[in-house]
Amino acid sequence: MELWHFISERWPTILSLTGEHVLLVLVAMVVAIILGVVLGVAVTYWEPGARAVLYLCQILMTVPSMAMFGILLPLLGIGYKTGVAALILYALLPVVRNTYTGIRAIDPAVLEAAKGMGLGEWSILRRIKLPLIIPVVMAGIRTATVMIVGIAAIAAFIGAGGLGELIFRGISRYNRQMILAGAIFISALAICFDLILKQLEYRYGIRS
Amino acid sequence: MIRLENVTKHFPGQDHPAVNNLNMLIPEGEICVLVGPSGCGKTTTMKMINRLIEPTEGKIYIKGQDTATIDAIKLRLDIGYVIQEIGLFPHLTIAENIATVPREKGWPRDLINQRVDELLTLVGLEPEKYRHRKPADLSGGQRQRVGVARAMAADPPILLMDEPFGAVDPITRARLQNEFLEIQAQMRKTIIFVTHDIDEAIKMGDKIAIMRDGKLVQYAPPGELLSSPADEFVGRLLGPNRTIKRLNLIAVREALRSDLLPAVPSHLSSEEARLLLKGSKFNVLAVVDRRNSLTGFVRGEQLKNSSVVPVSEIAEPSPNVIEAEATLNEALSLMLGCGSQFVAVVSKKGEYKGVVTLGSLLELVKEDVKEDVA
Ligand SMILES: Nc1ncnc2c1ncn2[C@@H]1O[C@H](COP(=O)(O)OP(=O)(O)OP(=O)(O)O)[C@@H](O)[C@H]1O
Ligand SMILES: [Mg+2]
Repeated sequence: MELWHFISERWPTILSLTGEHVLLVLVAMVVAIILGVVLGVAVTYWEPGARAVLYLCQILMTVPSMAMFGILLPLLGIGYKTGVAALILYALLPVVRNTYTGIRAIDPAVLEAAKGMGLGEWSILRRIKLPLIIPVVMAGIRTATVMIVGIAAIAAFIGAGGLGELIFRGISRYNRQMILAGAIFISALAICFDLILKQLEYRYGIRS
Repeated sequence: MIRLENVTKHFPGQDHPAVNNLNMLIPEGEICVLVGPSGCGKTTTMKMINRLIEPTEGKIYIKGQDTATIDAIKLRLDIGYVIQEIGLFPHLTIAENIATVPREKGWPRDLINQRVDELLTLVGLEPEKYRHRKPADLSGGQRQRVGVARAMAADPPILLMDEPFGAVDPITRARLQNEFLEIQAQMRKTIIFVTHDIDEAIKMGDKIAIMRDGKLVQYAPPGELLSSPADEFVGRLLGPNRTIKRLNLIAVREALRSDLLPAVPSHLSSEEARLLLKGSKFNVLAVVDRRNSLTGFVRGEQLKNSSVVPVSEIAEPSPNVIEAEATLNEALSLMLGCGSQFVAVVSKKGEYKGVVTLGSLLELVKEDVKEDVA
């Protein structure tokens, strides 16, 4: 009841923090998707690079988020930029890995047919490979998005804003309602993203 | 014209070359069939022609031009390729699959659509039904036919076909072969065709190349191959009944007799028809409609026992009907299958042409045997 009271009282603040949170995640995801797909595609043409890049992305993911923000802080300063940069690094692995394994998993006969018919590498990429890996990449995007919704909460610590602020402020003020509200909204956000992306994935999955 | 000159392919890490010093000349507008046991280098030979594989040694010329000097992409756009594994693009519809090369060549959209429908009809898939389907919704044989249509889409002067009818049932296969030969008679493309089926090779090939362990064992027209196989290996590959196999070389229309089984119009009365029975060697008459399409047969005893009615009312359909483009071998199988002394021959449009009889087949085979003995 108290919680409900808190939420209705602070509704405008919560709403704007949710907006910040969503924006943080979306900006990071857009960059991560572009970067991840480009990187994932690039390494299919260069096998030794593939192992190195995938390994690096995996290491990045194991860095504790607090430490990641700490490492990036001196480079990008306090605030939004560092938050986004860290989230991009975390989101990269699922996208890169799914792009790479997606392309690797394409039936070689399909690629050989395309090549044998006279399609150039660029045409094959645009008309065959990329459309074929959409479902796999979508799955990677979903994993990454849900993951960084959670991590973005910690970005509030370095002043990037978002719902994490409620949690950090709540901790410093011993305000349980505040912490709970933050946690609930972050979870809800993760669930929403998951459902929406699942829908998209399903639609593209059917198409191919 | 395609010319292979001392072509060898040695895959790294393999003891024996996959293709060993191949010399071959495929004349313009002919079908060259590659036959041989699995792993003898048929696919490798083909892929060297469109440069999916670069030869270790030797040169390949197309119309006198060394293919190594032609841009690989340009070369391939003008060579239709039916890959052994079919390799349809699973995310694209059947129509989009077939349209791949025309689109790459920048054809206008309505021309592409028209071409797609034309090709689907050609390979026996109704355009309205299959145009918008995905490859996953087709059977293996249907997919293979789409693969053939896709290779022919932009009307390339050269076709490489790696077991194009391997997954198609025998009846459809025979039909596809016939239609393919029919359009080839007009298009005169230069075709390299791989098959495991020696009957198919004999039927389709202007020339047959027998390969073994990467080497060319014999390269000859089918008639020559059957009458004088180069060695025991070729003989075994051709199998027994070489004489009967020669029936594969002759089209039904070449042994057609139009005088042995008269046709009667369907409105003729049974009484009048009975008078015509004398002209029939088999005591049977063919019944045709106004467009001369075969609608059925009436037997002598039916005519004798029936009251006076139009023959169309007592005519019965029969399975022993074959197209003029089929081979005598197919005609023979049909006769044996129906236990009949003859098969009626119709044109592609169904017009009645005449009959081929067991007697005339025996005559042909007998001549062959005499030749063989001589
Ligand atoms: N990319 C490759 N790398 C190494 N060896 C290969 C490669 N492609 C083919 N070979 C080998 O070359 C030989 C000839 O293969 P090829 O595919 O040309 O045979 P084929 O006559 O087409 O057989 P099939 O009738 O089974 O299709 C085989 O021994 C095969 O193992
Ligand atoms: Mg092969």
